[in-house]
Amino acid sequence: MNALTAILRKLGALAVDGLWRAGFMARFFLAVLRYSGQSFRRLPLTLREIYFSGVLSLLIILVSGLFVGLVLGLQGYDILQRFGSSDALGIMVALSLLRELGPVVAGLLFASRAGSAVTAEIGLMKTTEQLQAMDMMAVNPIARVVAPRFWGGVISMPLLAAMFSAMGIFGGWLIGVVAIGVDDGAFWSQMRASVDFRHDVLNGVIKSIVFGIAVSLIAVFEGYDCQPTAEGVSRAITRTVVSSALAILALDFVLTSFMFRGL
Amino acid sequence: MSRTTLDLWVGFFVALGFAALVFLAVKVGSYSDVSGGPTYAVEAAFDNIGGLKARAPVKSAGVVVGRVGGIRFDSHSYRAIVRLDLDGRYPFPADTSASILTSGLLGEQYIGLDPGAETENLKNGDTLQITQSAVVLEKLIGQFLFNKAAETPASPQ
Amino acid sequence: MFVCIIHFVQIHPVNSTVSDKPLVRLDGVHFAYGEREILRGIDLTVNRGQVVAIMGGSGSGKTTLLRLIGGQLRASAGKLEVDGQDMGALSRAALYALRRRMGMLFQFGALFTDMSVFDNVAFPLREHTNLPAELIRDLVLMKLHAVGLRGAAALMPSELSGGMARRVALARAVALDPMLMLYDEPFAGLDPISLGITGQLIRRLNDALGAASVMVTHDVQASLNLVDYVYFVSEGRIVAHGTPTEIRASNDPFVHQFVHAEADGPVPFHYPAPPLASLLDNIPA
Repeated sequence: MNALTAILRKLGALAVDGLWRAGFMARFFLAVLRYSGQSFRRLPLTLREIYFSGVLSLLIILVSGLFVGLVLGLQGYDILQRFGSSDALGIMVALSLLRELGPVVAGLLFASRAGSAVTAEIGLMKTTEQLQAMDMMAVNPIARVVAPRFWGGVISMPLLAAMFSAMGIFGGWLIGVVAIGVDDGAFWSQMRASVDFRHDVLNGVIKSIVFGIAVSLIAVFEGYDCQPTAEGVSRAITRTVVSSALAILALDFVLTSFMFRGL
Repeated sequence: MSRTTLDLWVGFFVALGFAALVFLAVKVGSYSDVSGGPTYAVEAAFDNIGGLKARAPVKSAGVVVGRVGGIRFDSHSYRAIVRLDLDGRYPFPADTSASILTSGLLGEQYIGLDPGAETENLKNGDTLQITQSAVVLEKLIGQFLFNKAAETPASPQ
Repeated sequence: MFVCIIHFVQIHPVNSTVSDKPLVRLDGVHFAYGEREILRGIDLTVNRGQVVAIMGGSGSGKTTLLRLIGGQLRASAGKLEVDGQDMGALSRAALYALRRRMGMLFQFGALFTDMSVFDNVAFPLREHTNLPAELIRDLVLMKLHAVGLRGAAALMPSELSGGMARRVALARAVALDPMLMLYDEPFAGLDPISLGITGQLIRRLNDALGAASVMVTHDVQASLNLVDYVYFVSEGRIVAHGTPTEIRASNDPFVHQFVHAEADGPVPFHYPAPPLASLLDNIPA
C-alpha cells in the first residue's frame, strides 16, 4: 500500500512538473516572440546563428538526403517493377520525400546536429553565469542570446529540408535512371504530372517550417531552463534530442491528417 | 574580421536552399492546371462513382480541364453528386456529358467530358444532365457469368 | 585620449551629481525561497565612495543579499533603495536603466566565451551607446590598460588564467563607469598575487570612479585591508558591523571566531543533531 501511494505521488509530481514546464515554455515562447524585433534589427546576430545551425548542418543534410534517395530508388524500383510500373519511380521517390521524409528526417537530423548544439551553448552560458552577467549589464539575454538562435533555426530548417528533398530526388534519379535504366523522360514527366506544387511541395515546406519552430523552441528552452551544472547541461541536451524527435513525429501526424484529409 | 566570410557562407546557404525550393517547384512539381486561375463549378449526378475521389482530374480529349471539387450523397435521389471545378479558360456546351473512366486497368479513376452540340455554354452552378457511372468490375464479371450461364442449354437429364 | 575623456563625461552626466544620501539603503529586508527564509530583517547602508564588505559563512545569505541589491531577486518584505529608487517597485525598463549604472563582477568572471577579451569589454559599450568604432576601441583599451591587460585584448577567455579572467571581467564591469559596483566573491580561487592585484584594483577603481562598491566575501584578511566598512551576516541577520579597525578589535564572539578562523564558537562545528550518546545506546552490545 505504501509503495502504491509512493508511486502515485511520484506520478502526480511528474504530472504537475510537466504542466509547470509546459506553462513556463509557453510564457518563454511569448517572451522570445516579444523580443524578436531587437534581434531582427541587428541582423548580424541572426546571420551568425543561421551560419551555426544552417551552414554547419549542410553536409550531414546533403549526404543523408543522397543516401535516403538512393535507398528509395532501390526499394521503390523493386516494388514498382512487380506491378510493371517502374516508370512511376519518380512519383514515388518525389512524393515520399516531399511529403514525409524530407521534412521529418531533415528535422530529426537538424535536432540532433543544430538543436543539441544550441542547447549546449545556452546551457553552458547559463552554467558559467554569462546569461546573468548579461542581464546585470541591462542586456536582455532572451533578446540577445535566445531570439537570434531561435530565428536562426526557424529560417534554416525549411531550407535544409528543401535541400534534403532535392538531394534525395537526385539520389533516386541516380539509382533509377543512371544505374537501373528507367526511362529518363518517364521518370521526370510522371513525377511532374503527379506532384502538385501546392499540395505536395508547399505542404512539405509548411511542415518543415513547423518542425523548425518546434525544434528551435525546444532547443533554446531546454538550454535556458537547464540546471546550471555540467550534469544539468548534458541532461538538457538529451531532452532536446528526445523531445524534438517526439514533437516532430507527433506534429507530422497532426499536420498530415490536416493536409491530406479527403484525398 | 571573419564577419565577411561568415556572411558569404550564409549567403551561399540561403541561395542553395532557395535553389532547392525552385528545383522542387519547377522541375519536380507542377501547378495543378486549375489552381490559381478562375474556375467555374458544375454538378453531375451519378448512380455509382466507383472509386472516384476528390481532386481526381477531369479530362476532355485526354487534357486535364479541371478537378473533382467534392463528392456528396444526395439522400432524396440516392445518387452521388459530384462537383466539378472546371478551368475558366475552357467553356463547354450545356449538353456536355460526363462519364467516370479508369486510366488503364488498375489506374486511378477520372471524369471524362464529352462536349455536346448546344450553342449555349455551361455556367457556374449548372448541372450536367447526361452522366455515365463508373464501371464496377465485380458487377461486370457477375453479369458476364450470368450471361454465360444463360447461354449454355440445361444439361440433359 | 583627451577626446575620450570628454565623451566619458557626456555619457554619464549622472555620475557627477553628488549627494550625501546613501546610495544603497536596506531597511528590514526579508527574503524567502518558498518556505525557506534566507534573510530575516537586514538593515544596511552604503554611501558613495565607500567600499563595503558583506561577510559571512557559506549559506548565510550574503550572495542573496547581493542579488537583491542588483535587482535579480525581489525582497519579500522590507524596503530596498538604490540611488533613491525603490527596487521593489521598479518596472523592467526602469531596472535596466538603473543597471546601466551598476557593474557586477561574478564569482568566476562570467566572460562571454564566444568573444575575445576586447569584444567582452566592448560589449556593454556596443549595447548601450552609439559611439563610433574607433572611440569604442580607445575606451576598451583604456579600460584594459587600467587592469593591466591591454596586451591580452586579442586573446579568447579560454586562454586566460583565473586571475586574468577576473581582471578582464572587472574591466568589462566598469566599462560604462558605474555608480555602484557589486562583487560576488572576488577573491575566490585566486593565488595570493592575483588576490592582491584584484583587491588593489577594486579599491583603485572605486576611488577613481567615485562609485560605491559592495563586496560579498568570506576572505577576511584580504578584505579588511581595503574596505571602509564591514557587515557580518549569519543566518539571515546582520550580527555585527563596523570599520575594519573596530572589527579587528571586536570582542563579539561571532566576529572573533570569523576573523580568527576558529572551528567552533557561535557558529557550531556540528550540524544540529541529537546527542551522540543517545544514538550509541541503540547499538546492541
